[in-house]
Formats: sequence, C-alpha cells, structure tokens
Amino acid sequence: MTRLALTNAHLIDPATGLDSPGGVLVQNGMIADAGERLFNDGLPEGAEVVDCQGKILAPGIVDFNVSIGEPGARHKESFRSGGEAAAKGGVTTIITQPNTDPPLDEPAILEFVLRRAQAASVVRVMPTATLTKAAKGKEMTEYRFLLDAGAVALTDGENAIADPVVFRRCLEYAASVDALVCHHPQEPHFSALGCATEGLFASLRGLPEIPAEAEAIMLTRDIRIAALSGVRYHAAQVSTAESLSVIRRAKEAGANVTCSIAVPHFSLNEFDIADFRTFLKVCPPLRSEDDRAAMEEALADGLIDVITSAHRPQDEESKRLPFAQAAAGGVGLETLLPVTLDLHHRAGIKLTTLFERLSLTPARLVGLNAGHLGKGALADLILFDPHAPWIVDRKDLISKSKNSPFHERRVQGKVLGTWVEGKRVWG
Amino acid sequence: MNNAPDSPFAHRHLLGIEELSPQDITAILDRADDYVDMNREARKKRDTLKGLTQINLFFEPSTRTQASFELAGKRLGADVMNMSVKSSSVTKGETLIDTAMTLNAMHPDLLIVRHGESGAVNLLAQKVNCSVLNAGDGRREHPTQALLDALTIRRRKGRLHRLNVAICGDILHSRVARSNIHLLNKMESRVRVIAPPTLLPAGIEQFGAEVFHDMRKGLEGCDVVMMLRLQQERMAGSFIPSTREYFHRYGLDESKMKGAKEDAIIMHPGPMNRGVEIDSDLADDLTRSVIGEQVEMGVAVRMAVLELLARNVTNEIAGVGV
Repeated sequence: MTRLALTNAHLIDPATGLDSPGGVLVQNGMIADAGERLFNDGLPEGAEVVDCQGKILAPGIVDFNVSIGEPGARHKESFRSGGEAAAKGGVTTIITQPNTDPPLDEPAILEFVLRRAQAASVVRVMPTATLTKAAKGKEMTEYRFLLDAGAVALTDGENAIADPVVFRRCLEYAASVDALVCHHPQEPHFSALGCATEGLFASLRGLPEIPAEAEAIMLTRDIRIAALSGVRYHAAQVSTAESLSVIRRAKEAGANVTCSIAVPHFSLNEFDIADFRTFLKVCPPLRSEDDRAAMEEALADGLIDVITSAHRPQDEESKRLPFAQAAAGGVGLETLLPVTLDLHHRAGIKLTTLFERLSLTPARLVGLNAGHLGKGALADLILFDPHAPWIVDRKDLISKSKNSPFHERRVQGKVLGTWVEGKRVWG
Repeated sequence: MNNAPDSPFAHRHLLGIEELSPQDITAILDRADDYVDMNREARKKRDTLKGLTQINLFFEPSTRTQASFELAGKRLGADVMNMSVKSSSVTKGETLIDTAMTLNAMHPDLLIVRHGESGAVNLLAQKVNCSVLNAGDGRREHPTQALLDALTIRRRKGRLHRLNVAICGDILHSRVARSNIHLLNKMESRVRVIAPPTLLPAGIEQFGAEVFHDMRKGLEGCDVVMMLRLQQERMAGSFIPSTREYFHRYGLDESKMKGAKEDAIIMHPGPMNRGVEIDSDLADDLTRSVIGEQVEMGVAVRMAVLELLARNVTNEIAGVGV
C-alpha cells in the first residue's frame, strides 16, 4: 500500500467550493482524504510526504479537446511529447480528437491508439471517435463498438456535419447508446470560404471572411436536432456572443446541452493577428473584442461549462504560408493554465469556478471520477504557484510543434508538480 | 536629377499605403512629378539605380503593372529581371518561400512582388534582405496604383484634399479600392463607395467611406469617379445576377455621369471590361477620361518609389548612399 501525504497546501475543490489551507492523503492512486485539518493529528506512518509550502493544490485538468499526431503525424505530436507537455501544463487527462490519419472511425484503430497512449503517455489519454466515417459527414460509424473499444465521446472534430438528415440520424442513434456527441458548430458553407471573422479586421487585411453568424446558425440547428433525438449534445469551441444567447435559451428550456471554449477565444481577439501572424490562425477564427469580452462574462457566470486548450500541433511549414493558406490551430497544453489564470488575476473569477470548468465538469462529461478532491476520486492532482511570472517562449515548449498563439505573452502561474493516480509525472 | 532633395521617406519596404504618412505620400508624388517631365523627354535614361538589381516577381499574371515596373527600373538604370511564377493553389505557398529564398541568395536590391494571397508580400518581406515593393497582394493593397491615381488627380485637380471621390464597382475583391481609400483618407478627401451589397466588404464605413447602393445618388457632386474592374475570375458563387443587369445599375454611362460635377474626371485602373462597368464612349472621351494618363503616371510614380526605397536600402545595409 503506497501512501502520499501532500501537506501544507492551499486546497481548491470545485465540487465543494473549498478554497482554503489543508492537505490531501493519497492511497493506492486514489484520494483517501482531503481537508483543512487533515494532518492536524500528525502524519500517517510510512507515507511519502510532500510539503506544498502553501502553494495551490487542485484537481488535475481534464483537457477536453486535444489533437495528437498519432496515427499519421507523429512529427507534429506523439503521445510521449503530448503527454509530457500535458504534465508540464497541469493536465492529467487528455481527451483526444479523432481527426488523425487514418481517422479514429474503427474500433481497431481506437485500440491501437489506446495501446500507444498507454505505453507512451505519462498522463491519462481518453480518445473520442468520429461520428461519421472519415469525419466526412455522410455515413455513421459503429457507435456501440467504438464506445466498447474505449471512445468517451463521438465527434467529427472541426468538421461540421452539413446535412441535417444525416446529423439527425447520427444523434438519434447515438442517443440509443447513451453517447456524448460533440459537434463543432460552424455552418460549413460559410466557413469553407474564409479564414477570418467578417468585419473591419478581415476587410482591412483583405482576408476572405466568415460571418460570425455561421456559428449561431449551426448551433441553433444543432440544438433543435439534439432536442428531437434526446442525445447528450456538447457544442465544442463556442466563440461568439450570439452563440451564448442560443446556449442560454437552450439551457433555460432544460435542454441536455453543454458547451466548451478554447483558451484563445477568451484571451485574444482578431486584431491580435496584426500583420498576418499565422500562429493566431485558429478554428473558428478569432472574433471581435465584444465577443471576447462576452466569453469572459459567460465563464464567470457559468454559462460556458468547459475550458479547453484546443491543442493543435502544426509543423513550421504549414504555418509559414500566406495567412489564407496556413494551417489553423495552435498548441495549448502548456499555456492552458497560466492564460486561464489571467481570468482570476485580472477579472477576479474564483479559482474554484475556473477548476470547475477545467477539471470537474469535463471529468463528469466523460464519466471520470476525477476533477475533485472527494474521497475515492482518482488522485490526479496539480500543485502550482498562481503568481509565478514568466514569458511564454515557443522554443521552450515541450510539444514537438511550437505554434503557440501565446508566444512572448507575459503570464502568471507555474505548475510545480503533477500527479496522475498518485504517481508524480512532473516537477 | 541626381541631386534629389532629401526626403523624409524612411521605409525599407513599400507593402501598403496603410503604413505611409501624408508626408511620405507627398514626397513620393513630388518626386514623381519630376519624373513625369523627364519621361516626356526624348532621352529618358538616368543612372540613379545603376548597379542595382531589380527583380519583378509575379505570382499572378499581369501585363501593365509588370511592364510599368520594368520600364521604371530600366529608365533609372537598374538591371531588371522578370520572373513569372505559375502556381497551382496547392503548391503556391511553398513556391513563395522557396522562390524567395532562392532569389534572396542572388542578392537583389529591389524585389517587386505580386501575389494572389493577402499578406503574402509581408511574409516574403520577413524572409529577404532586400527592399520589397508590393505590386498587389490578394484583396489587400496595391500601393503604387493608389499613388499613381493620386498623382493623376493632383495634376488634374491641383490638390488631394477636400475632394469628393466615388469608387464604384467590385470593392470586395479590390486591392485598388483599399489602397485608394487609405490614401484619400490620409490626404483628407472624402471617399464614397458605390456597389451592390454583395460586392462590399463588411465594416467598410469604419474605413472612412460612405456607402451608396444607388449609383446616381452616389455620384452627386463628385470630383472624381473611379471605376473598378468586375473581377469575375475571383467570383466563386453568385455575386451579381448578370453583367447586363450590373451595367444597367452600376455601369458608368452618360446619364449616370450627369450627377457628378461638370469637371469631374473618370478613372479606371484597367484592364477595362467595356460595356460591363464602363460605357465605351465615356472611356474614350479625352476631356473627362484620364485612363491613359493614369498609365503614364504609373511609370513616374514607380520610378519615384524605386528611387526612394533604393536610397534607404543602400544606406541601411552597406552604409553608403547611392
């Protein structure tokens, strides 16, 4: 029986709202106890002791939207490099996107991924599988088999399914196997045309534009079809104020809907692209400052359920192109926590609230008993100093790809230790 | 002419009008005025750029702009080389960087670039050691076109401020319109854009342009009417019902022209689609149409820009003036 005593910490537990000094006792990879007066009567015998020196101890981040290059693009990110980057960033579980090459649309490929992940990654990997074959939006994949093989959700990644008939059938069938369906709500006829949000910035730079409405239009359709099917629907990467009002109405009507946001959409706006900085080309494209500010508010009031990194490793060559031709997406595992902490430092959002979005809610969505400090939970923990200042330098990233939209950004918050099931994987 | 007055122009590249000050613009136009006179002499050749290498790198086909830059360089004594790069949409980007690196190794001093993607010229400017001059990138900017338009207007109207300039047609796909709007705003003229909503970029009012969908209203009281080419090659999908309905509503003809000031001039960056955006008779009416003059001003403006850029480059890199 291995025991680990984390003493003299400042605990954050989003499940109970605990935000005070205390300690955590880990036993056999699970949390045996946690609380303010846990070690008042002395330390348990034979336990390994870590003195947290008053720093913050919180449940590890469950990153709901991560791309790893395996299979097909291991030069961009492998399970080893991605896992290490995650550990350094305080992410203890990565939920991977299925848009690999080949795509994760068959149980056999899923099994390969899980084997590779287990052998190479220091953090937990939970894969999703595609909703349609090759994520082309035409034919359903084998949902029951894929779930049995270990898929935690079904999604076509950043491909939106245009055909409402296909989408409805997918959702209805998915509901019958109680699958969580994630969809990227962008009307593809609009989004195929451009690479920047329609408005002054795109017009000034002469970039082909996508109206921001492309998101709310698709989201509105999605939510109605989801209601027809009764499926658990998750809108991935919402980014406009209009989408938020669609989500708000749906939630108020009691719909089974959740949504997530990627870090760039609450921390950057379209003008940060400046003179065609392709590292800031993401999908959906960066929005107006009004939209960004609306995201921040929605994160404070709980309308947005999950914060993700939307980690998208891209090699140098695919970014060293004219903006419209460059690949979309940025790496984010190592900057997820510090950039999110900006919401705490600058906007005053409580840490318990942030960790609900980072850890607790995503864990619950995929049925993982983690993301909180309750007895019996998996001992996925991170220790961090929320104030430690540093400057993001893409050359220092562990990720194989260095395409960070936050290169040269001043941030606060450094992970000092990461534990997955009680095993230290960082610090 | 070899002892040109010192100008405040201190740019390494000319990527867009957006980055120029009104003083920069005036400096270029003043210098170009000298070259207009010189170009009308029988012996036109100078040695201002002697010993310098100018490469015209065109990723999009062009006749007039490329010829204009070639002539401008040659008249100033530069060694000019033309490179047209055919590019499929897939390999375009690779070709861009690879070509840039290859050319850079040959030590050109002035690189004139046209590319189909907005911002491609900026990317290239980061990778090479010479001066880069934007000869049109995607929908974004075509700075020498706006400068030659400004020179034409200034010579005809005697000023660039407090003029009403209407830009009509396919604003959405037009780098000429964007550069002209920037320039005219900087010089304190008023710009109107006249087009159907499908051919207008979003947020154009915030650029400093008044929007008209009705051409007759838009032309009222105008000093300058700038027509744009309908860029049918850039139009995937339905933007207008037909060229004949387009001409009916937005083609410049005698009756629509009545609303403009009596002495209003008509401009067109070329090549023209006669009978689509402009009536043939109007285009050829030498009392009002300055389309031929624009071409003449083009060479002079490009000579001025080449000279000003060359001055800064040699100072910066070798520490010696030309």
